[in-house]
Amino acid sequence: MRRLTLRSAFIALVAVFGTVAAPAWALDAAQARAIAVGDGDARIAALQDAVTRADPGLATFAQALLDDSVKTTATGVFIVHDDKAVDAVTGQPAKLPDDAEDVSNNNRMRGALQTALSGLRLVSPELATRRAAVDDLTKDAADPALLPVIDKAIAKETDAGLKSRLERLKAAVQIAAPDRAQRLQAIQLLSSSGEPTVRALLQARLAPDAETDPELRAAVAHAITQVEGRLAWGERLGVLFTGISLGSILLLVALGLAITYGLMGVINMAHGELMMIGAYTTWGVQSLFRHFAPGLFDAYILLAIPASFLVSAGVGAILERGVIRFLYGRPLETLLATWGISLVLMQGVRSLFGAQNVEVENPSWMSGGIAVTSNLVLPYNRLAIIAFAALVLLATWLLISRTRLGLFVRGVTQNRRMASCTGINTTRIDTLAFALGAGIAGMAGCALSQVGNVGPDLGQSYIVDSFMVVVLGGVGQLAGTVLAALGLGLMNKMLEGIAGAVLAKIFVLIFIVVFIQKRPQGLFALKGRSAES
Amino acid sequence: MTPVAPVQLLPESRRGLLLGVRGWSVVIGVLAVIAGVIPVLNLVVPVGNPLHFGDYGLALVAKIMCYAMCALAMDLIWGYTGILSLGHGLYFALGGYAMGMYLMRQIGHDGNYRSDLPDFMVFLDWKSLPWTWTGSASFVFQMILVVAVPGIVAGVFGWFAFRSRIKGVYFSIITQALTFAGMLLFFRNETGFGGNNGFTDFKRILGISVAAPSTRMVLFVLTGCTLVAFYLLARVIVNSKYGRVLQAIRDAESRVMFTGYDPLKYKLSIWVLSAVMCGIAGALYVPQVGIINPSEMSPAASIEMAIWAAVGGRGTLVGPIVGAFFVNGAKSWFTQAFPEFWLYFLGALFIAVTLFLPRGIMGIKDRLKREKGVEVKA
Repeated sequence: MRRLTLRSAFIALVAVFGTVAAPAWALDAAQARAIAVGDGDARIAALQDAVTRADPGLATFAQALLDDSVKTTATGVFIVHDDKAVDAVTGQPAKLPDDAEDVSNNNRMRGALQTALSGLRLVSPELATRRAAVDDLTKDAADPALLPVIDKAIAKETDAGLKSRLERLKAAVQIAAPDRAQRLQAIQLLSSSGEPTVRALLQARLAPDAETDPELRAAVAHAITQVEGRLAWGERLGVLFTGISLGSILLLVALGLAITYGLMGVINMAHGELMMIGAYTTWGVQSLFRHFAPGLFDAYILLAIPASFLVSAGVGAILERGVIRFLYGRPLETLLATWGISLVLMQGVRSLFGAQNVEVENPSWMSGGIAVTSNLVLPYNRLAIIAFAALVLLATWLLISRTRLGLFVRGVTQNRRMASCTGINTTRIDTLAFALGAGIAGMAGCALSQVGNVGPDLGQSYIVDSFMVVVLGGVGQLAGTVLAALGLGLMNKMLEGIAGAVLAKIFVLIFIVVFIQKRPQGLFALKGRSAES
Repeated sequence: MTPVAPVQLLPESRRGLLLGVRGWSVVIGVLAVIAGVIPVLNLVVPVGNPLHFGDYGLALVAKIMCYAMCALAMDLIWGYTGILSLGHGLYFALGGYAMGMYLMRQIGHDGNYRSDLPDFMVFLDWKSLPWTWTGSASFVFQMILVVAVPGIVAGVFGWFAFRSRIKGVYFSIITQALTFAGMLLFFRNETGFGGNNGFTDFKRILGISVAAPSTRMVLFVLTGCTLVAFYLLARVIVNSKYGRVLQAIRDAESRVMFTGYDPLKYKLSIWVLSAVMCGIAGALYVPQVGIINPSEMSPAASIEMAIWAAVGGRGTLVGPIVGAFFVNGAKSWFTQAFPEFWLYFLGALFIAVTLFLPRGIMGIKDRLKREKGVEVKA
């Protein structure tokens, strides 16, 4: 998906570049013919020769060759787009002769063309294009044939950062050079890098048949430790970030659960399905925007958040009034009844929208991310969810601690009978609090729709985790939920690095069972009379 | 916790007999049907005869009888002791896996790869059996595991959980987490139990073909007798002093504690017993159904066990068996006739039973009887 968009962007860019460069069309006829016609080796040699001189117009031509839209006659070379032919040499519209033949390219030729295109972009006037080209070339081992272009690019490059990256790119090519001094220089240059590909490259040099000079082998080993030292920080921060990201999702999921459990002693097994409803609402809002207001598409999320809150809260209120209300004081039965509700809701969504996942597209500003180091990119959608979780937490905290409704909720949580005696309508508070918890679940679903699949089973995958957050955090205190969510998120991701995803999860679950031994009421237990009923 | 069924003391004269005359005649009747009538109808009466009892029906009843054992086990801990487990599928599956390991070894050389190792190990390029499979060639050893593994897992978990007095909803969701963790563990290929495919393609048990009609019938009769035996065992427990203490724990645990009993011992022992019952049910289930995989450990499968007991009627011993037959019978009918409505039905059943029928089908029966009694009196 991403590759595709990148590729199409690139093609568009080349096209623009091509038209801009049209006046200085300096690919001569003999060259064009040499690249397009003849046997493979000669064509590739001609292509590489043209690349070293970085002839303008070559990019358009090479791209056209890749797209199989070049035709040749005995004398001319033409690029054909939508039945309109252009002379490849002059760039002027031309009439396609009847005897024009297609040019066919084998895979080797295609590879050479790709490399040539990347090389050409290195000398593009646009900084962004050059940067993207360096990114592309750094990804896999660079072709020695590009060395002249890289040299040329280094000479022309004005951006200091890009220049040093180009030099490293050059070193990556030269590390296999026959000349010992060149190799040594390359190794020294590469040791200043902090990129995972460089590490892999250096490690490959340590293979028995790669680098034979013992002194240089030592230099390579030293360079690897230096590179790894730089990478380690990125990795550590990466674990921290994914941990916080998972924690923020767990927080969103568990927050609503903690409120209803704290207030009513009810574990809502349908909580996951309320999230699913929120995610489907987001999908609905998104589809409406795409259909009726495609121009405002990037802003759909602003409407999707309140919509998912309201829809889930509405469903929650209905559930509370219709089912859960009759089961107060029978928590185990509530568990089963809400499980039944979750089955019905899941199957209902399946009947309405199909069993397949629906596609929720991110607003465009959410794609991409901040590259902190070469191996640590913070995706915008994850950052947005962390910020969103913080906002929801803040809003919930304000609601619970600063408003009259919150006061009532706290009162009922601590002592239902006494609260009732002071004139609080406890049944109304129950409904409102349950709706609030459901609404927060809906917003969690809205957030999840931005990072994962939206399908009828969405809720099921988070339900056990979110219960664990509530168990670990204890009830009645937001702080417990926050700490438990972040703690579990971080612990999960850290263990994942050591033991793999599945074992990490199992360890976490065992940890919780053991932890409960010490603190049966969770991290923050309510003290005093309300603790045990 | 509201009491689901009042503690009933049997009249002194009936205590030694366990069941009344009617009770015993029903038990003997059921045994006669399982061990006499069904085998004759299945094996002797020819196919095509309206009285013939088909293989499909046989397999279905056998499967449901295994489920009924689980429902009975659930009833002992939930209906009588007030502990709701949402993780008994774990013990069922552990028993099933212990049996499955033996059955896998019985395949011998007849697997797809003609190897001594089970097929999935050849597929993973393993050269020898992992240590967990040490005794898997021995039937006796694996049968010990069927009882021991669920028992030990339940014992360790229960000891930790009950000792720190984890109760109610907390306990339930931790059992759910435990079975979830087990499922994840067994999904891994590296765990050595066939990953997400589990075990299947069984060929022999004790050297005899699993698919042969006579083998199936022996397993069927064995399952039926085990179910009846479990019922009688549960009856003994419930009628004993030990059973009374369990019910007292269900109704008022703190008071039981203050009276000088230690609930830990009672809860732990009944917990382990119910896990072992599930393990045995799983071991009987696997050769008859022919497959065991980690989905048996999914939280959903365990919650369904609770609904079998709830539909039939908690706190009665016939109830869970009736419930298991009712729910699973409905399931096999729905999944054939209206597959898309099965989950609606199951969900509605969960809601309706908890809201309107706290004592399940047995509750309806009692209510009808009471109404009739009133009429007679009037």
